[in-house]
Amino acid sequence: MPTSDLNTKTVVQLRSSLVSGDIRCSDIITSLEEKARRTEAEVKAYVRFDGLKASIYAPQDDKPLSGIPVSVKDNICTEGENTECCSKVLAGFQPPYDATVIKKLREAGAVILGTKTNMDEFAFGSSTENSCFGPSHNPWDLDRVVGGSSGGSAAAVASDEAIIALGSDTGGSIRQPASFCGVVGLKPTYGRVSRYGLIAFASSLDQIGPITKDVGDCALCMNFISGRDPHDSTCAEIEVPDYTKSLGEDIKGVKAAIPKEYFVEGLDPQVKSILYEAINKLKGLGVDIASVSLPHTEYAVPVYYIIATAEASSNLSRFDGVQYGLRAEDKEQGAGNRLVSMYKKTRGEGFGDEAKRRVLLGTFSLSHGYYDAYYLRALKVRTLIKNDFGAVFGDYDCIITPTSPSVAFRIGEKSNDPLKMYLSDIYTISANLAGIPAISVPCGFTKEGLPVGLQILAKPFDESTLFKIAYAYEQSTPWHKMKAKI
Amino acid sequence: MAIEKDTVQKVAHLSRIDLSEEELRRLSSQLAGIVDFIDKLKKINIENIVPTSHILPINNVLREDACGKSLDLEKTLKNAPQRKENFFGVPKVIE
Repeated sequence: MPTSDLNTKTVVQLRSSLVSGDIRCSDIITSLEEKARRTEAEVKAYVRFDGLKASIYAPQDDKPLSGIPVSVKDNICTEGENTECCSKVLAGFQPPYDATVIKKLREAGAVILGTKTNMDEFAFGSSTENSCFGPSHNPWDLDRVVGGSSGGSAAAVASDEAIIALGSDTGGSIRQPASFCGVVGLKPTYGRVSRYGLIAFASSLDQIGPITKDVGDCALCMNFISGRDPHDSTCAEIEVPDYTKSLGEDIKGVKAAIPKEYFVEGLDPQVKSILYEAINKLKGLGVDIASVSLPHTEYAVPVYYIIATAEASSNLSRFDGVQYGLRAEDKEQGAGNRLVSMYKKTRGEGFGDEAKRRVLLGTFSLSHGYYDAYYLRALKVRTLIKNDFGAVFGDYDCIITPTSPSVAFRIGEKSNDPLKMYLSDIYTISANLAGIPAISVPCGFTKEGLPVGLQILAKPFDESTLFKIAYAYEQSTPWHKMKAKI
Repeated sequence: MAIEKDTVQKVAHLSRIDLSEEELRRLSSQLAGIVDFIDKLKKINIENIVPTSHILPINNVLREDACGKSLDLEKTLKNAPQRKENFFGVPKVIE
């Protein structure tokens, strides 16, 4: 096997070459480093880039992921390596411990890269433009966004500057960038993967998941990061199946639902026609397709922006200049409480615009006089959204939708209009509110050459069905083999 | 409901965030637009609907009450903006 293009391979391919002795782990690292040094100046998938910081442990040991480099989003703790959520307020933070997912991957033999991937500050955003390090650039068109908030992870995988990457998804932050960059991204069921060591955004919604070059790698990665963790009480004690066993299973007779609310005004016509082609492809593979209704779909975005910001306003209270990161203080001793003014100055200087907007909105909807009208009401509408899905899953195995209403937009196009930006998550948010798993797989390209993503959603803890359908679709189409010319 | 500038100022204080005049003006108008949008929820009948604050049917997760290793003190305090002995240092609170 030539070693110069190892960076373009999948985990499954690399493991087979490692096992046969054709290549060594250092060959993979060298190939990734060379690629990153060539294209990183344009893509900016990583932050504080100065090489990938791979530390190779025991290269001869033969664990299931031995020798496989993994790139990690800047909000997942890696011991002793900068983990800053792309926020000025966490500048220089080096966690004293590894997140559970990192620990599990290391135990499986993976090489965790110390250089982290770019993201919207605290995962607040859909374009990675809210990073304090500046935006990443889409490998398919450098003038366009990579999506977000796990945009750096998606761009790194799409540009072959990474083999696989971890992201986090609170309202679409894995799936939407995967769609924009033409790669595979999974948001697991709420409770499937431990969040210990994930810097919290909205604790009733957050999940960590993989971003990969194909469905096989995604299933394989889930085998290692899933499962109960005593450090995260929301992590369910439900057996983890071997997800790779779902790959190659027949999908004849699988019942898929198409929600009519997802194919209305606001959906880009090119995305729509590519989606219909994908649905026809699935029909050809034997899937039974039927139209259904998820009647509360239009309320998902407003519900999300109340619940997610309320939880964020509480979670972000820890960034106060005491334990880590930035501290800002007035030098002269004024009147009043110096501790409170230190908090205010630190947070005023440390948080970017979107973080301020969300903390303010969340504090507003939780505050006296507004709690019932906003927060409590949103929790109730969340129940209705969850029930919509429950009703459909009584009769169907999965739901098929576009991942995003559009392809990657231009950098700067939506950055002055937060509401417009929020609406780009319209198809992904419901899965987080309902706690169900959802995967995005590439399903074609627009005539401008930009990737489009197909989203499949399933019942809680039924990731196996997602992998089965996604793999069958992927293997009968050429999209996952297309590479950005960079 | 329109959200006024003084409401934003109050919420900024509760959130412990300093805002410049310019930020206050800009964020107030943006938040007004967002609140206007989320007011859409007022259309729905939510009578007798139970709120969902947690999606999984998990309650009272307990572990054995056993001693374990805690975080390394040096590594933890290394990130502190100000350290005093084995404590996080903060500006003086009591006069």
